[in-house]
Amino acid sequence: MAALINVPKKARRGDVIEIKTLTSHIMETGFRRTAAGDLVPRDIITSFICRYNGTEIFRADLFPAIAANPYLSFFTIAKESGKFEFEWIGDNGFSSTASASITVE
Amino acid sequence: MRKTKTTRRKFLTLAGGAAMAPIVTLRPSEATPAMLAAAIRNLVGEAPVRPGKVRIDIPPLVENGNTVPMTVSVTSPMTAEDHVKSIHVFNEKNPQPNVGNFYLGPSAGRAQVSTRIRLADSQKVVAIAHLSDDSFWSVSAEVIVTLAACTEEVN
Repeated sequence: MAALINVPKKARRGDVIEIKTLTSHIMETGFRRTAAGDLVPRDIITSFICRYNGTEIFRADLFPAIAANPYLSFFTIAKESGKFEFEWIGDNGFSSTASASITVE
Repeated sequence: MRKTKTTRRKFLTLAGGAAMAPIVTLRPSEATPAMLAAAIRNLVGEAPVRPGKVRIDIPPLVENGNTVPMTVSVTSPMTAEDHVKSIHVFNEKNPQPNVGNFYLGPSAGRAQVSTRIRLADSQKVVAIAHLSDDSFWSVSAEVIVTLAACTEEVN
């Protein structure tokens, strides 16, 4: 699954940096019906986790009220060079990961 | 608007349903203000929820409820002693009262999250912040939606 991650490549130690993530997912609400009246089963991402060098820094529970292709932006303090890892978990065994690295000076 | 007591309305609904079946939206029961209150109670328990500290940036009028940009920020020094633990967003009239729960901590530096949400109707959006001293702060915003999301028919 395609994910778009926006993390600054470089930051000074102690800077507050913004992390933007977007992943492709239908986020089917489970409340919609087809023309024939059948309920379309729910298929959403339920959980998002961001880890910075292995430590969880941000987590989100998502509900059907989150728009398709969930976009999330949040902040963290640049502490050390390393890697951000992102994980999306959802219905029907959905799982997707992405990562981005940062140099902290 | 939703009380379908009048026979005229019933007639029109039936007539419209028969004539324009492909575009009639079948809507399940929507969340009510009572469900919103219950969802908030479920989060905060008996703790008081005070107005203030939290800010929602959301357009007051949106054409398409399928993707509404929203930013929630909380005034907080974000230190180990005094920080925002989590931010919770609720709505009044979607099929479910929850929108999202966002867990942060002192390492966030700034208590702010942005996402894009769905709104099934013109309604109130409520954000609640859970602080490290276990106090709860909230703010709400009214949004007018001209094209609803969540329950539209699948093409």
